[in-house]
Amino acid sequence: MNELKTGLETQEYFINMGPQHPSTHGVLRLMLTLDGEIIKNVEPHLGYIHRSIEKMCEKDQYRMIIHLTDRMDYLSCHINNEAVCLAIEKALEVEMTDRIKVIRTIIDELTRLSSHQLWWGVMGMDLGAITSFLYGFRDRELITDIFEETCGARLTMNYNIPGGLMFDIHPNFQKRTKEFITHFKKKLPEYDDLLSNNVIFKQRTQGIGYLSKEDAISYGVTGPSGRASGFSCDVRKLEPYMAYDRVDFKEILSTEGDCYARYKVRIAEMWESLSIIEQLIDNIPEGDFQVPTKKVIKLPKGEFYQRVETARGELGVYIVSEGKVSPYRVKFRSPGFSTLSAMNKMATGFKIADLVAIMSTIDLVIPDIDR
Amino acid sequence: MFKSIYNYFSDIYTAVRSLLTGMKVTGHYVFHPKEIITQQYPENRDELKMFDRFRGEVVMLHDENNEHKCTGCSACDVACPNGTIEIISDWEINEEGKKKKIIDKFVYHLQMCTMCGLCIPACPTDAIVMSEDFEHAVFDRSKLTKVLNKPGSKIMDGIK
Ligand code: SF4
Ligand code: SF4
Repeated sequence: MNELKTGLETQEYFINMGPQHPSTHGVLRLMLTLDGEIIKNVEPHLGYIHRSIEKMCEKDQYRMIIHLTDRMDYLSCHINNEAVCLAIEKALEVEMTDRIKVIRTIIDELTRLSSHQLWWGVMGMDLGAITSFLYGFRDRELITDIFEETCGARLTMNYNIPGGLMFDIHPNFQKRTKEFITHFKKKLPEYDDLLSNNVIFKQRTQGIGYLSKEDAISYGVTGPSGRASGFSCDVRKLEPYMAYDRVDFKEILSTEGDCYARYKVRIAEMWESLSIIEQLIDNIPEGDFQVPTKKVIKLPKGEFYQRVETARGELGVYIVSEGKVSPYRVKFRSPGFSTLSAMNKMATGFKIADLVAIMSTIDLVIPDIDR
Repeated sequence: MFKSIYNYFSDIYTAVRSLLTGMKVTGHYVFHPKEIITQQYPENRDELKMFDRFRGEVVMLHDENNEHKCTGCSACDVACPNGTIEIISDWEINEEGKKKKIIDKFVYHLQMCTMCGLCIPACPTDAIVMSEDFEHAVFDRSKLTKVLNKPGSKIMDGIK
């Protein structure tokens, strides 16, 4: 019970945010304990979009698992596919050609860019600016065109297979990607003009949703949200996979840990992604785009783990094999799940409207949390 | 005192300035409609062309004699993760009196297909491909179950 200044007696009360709520970006249900407009506690309830992907993997052959991971974090589907492929390739001990490595890295970064573009658009919309939504989608469209031409689909690409890629890149791939880079380098400063320096936007994000470095580490908040709190957790730097060891890029870190810092880290990551693609696009080595593997893949007995950096943080794939055609157990360590657990820490003490900003900046994708 | 008045006005100045910068960007597009890339979708259906590799739905190729290449080997069925393809086979007795397996119906459940494209490389005779059609909406669920071999079609000569 609290006494307001008026002397009236007040009570804490509960409110459901979601599962059908436009700013939870999916079927996430948050049970809020409020005192007036102030948040006292946030309790996420999951399970509304649970599809038992991990269980389904146990009945499928290894090749078939990959297309299921498209449906986890659909905005970084290529990176999810790659994580499973890398785990399988590690178990089979096949060495990828340089061509595969470079192509996978370029498409990884394009995926990251398109995910961040969508996030930027939606973030603006959550805070009341429809324009940014349209502009974000405008630039993302060029990337989905590249994907559609080379991989055959715009969102659920399923372009990776164990041992390489499904097809070689399309002859137009390099040309289109370069066109996109020139286009987007002109458009990215517009993002700053529209949102980053906007006074309303700044006031709604600066100092809101603070997460300390210690909390980020203890809750396992990775990706841009963790790095905004100063937690150096970029898997691309820590354990370089594919062609990340041969490109030059910075790990973006910030120490502020508030919503604005998370926003800034993502914007800076877009510049880094552009520079990674620029370094690789002109020298894609010749070679095979597939390394031959058996038609029905059987992994040796054992446990295999691979982690990669998706647009939202660290994704881990853990496969337990008993030497059969399908795995005994598959576990995905998804970035969204851990990030969500820190929500209570970030939101307590702020207003309901700030919760929307916090949710936007930790960039939740609900199917990734629920799987 | 002066400091706070100064801050008050400088805040107003930066705020208005930041809003105007944003307005400048949107204003630019108002006066340059050519840079807007929206497509008028149902109107542009005729000239809308999808990319070659686009995975719309699985179709079986037929030539002008209504012949296809499918032997009924079920390799695509085995490769499919979702049980989308169902092959109903039949036996045909050829001139030499030998029994030969042919397909009666190649049933494709579009509602279960995830467009993953794994069935296409699995086919040894390249009988099926992914079409560029993406308008899958129908009024009745039963219309989503399709038979891909055309009525009266038979297998091409020389395909084993
Ligand atoms: S595209 Fe995938 S889901 Fe669809 S029929 Fe082929 S293998 Fe099955
Ligand atoms: S489509 Fe190809 S793989 Fe499928 S049954 Fe016919 S021949 Fe076999």
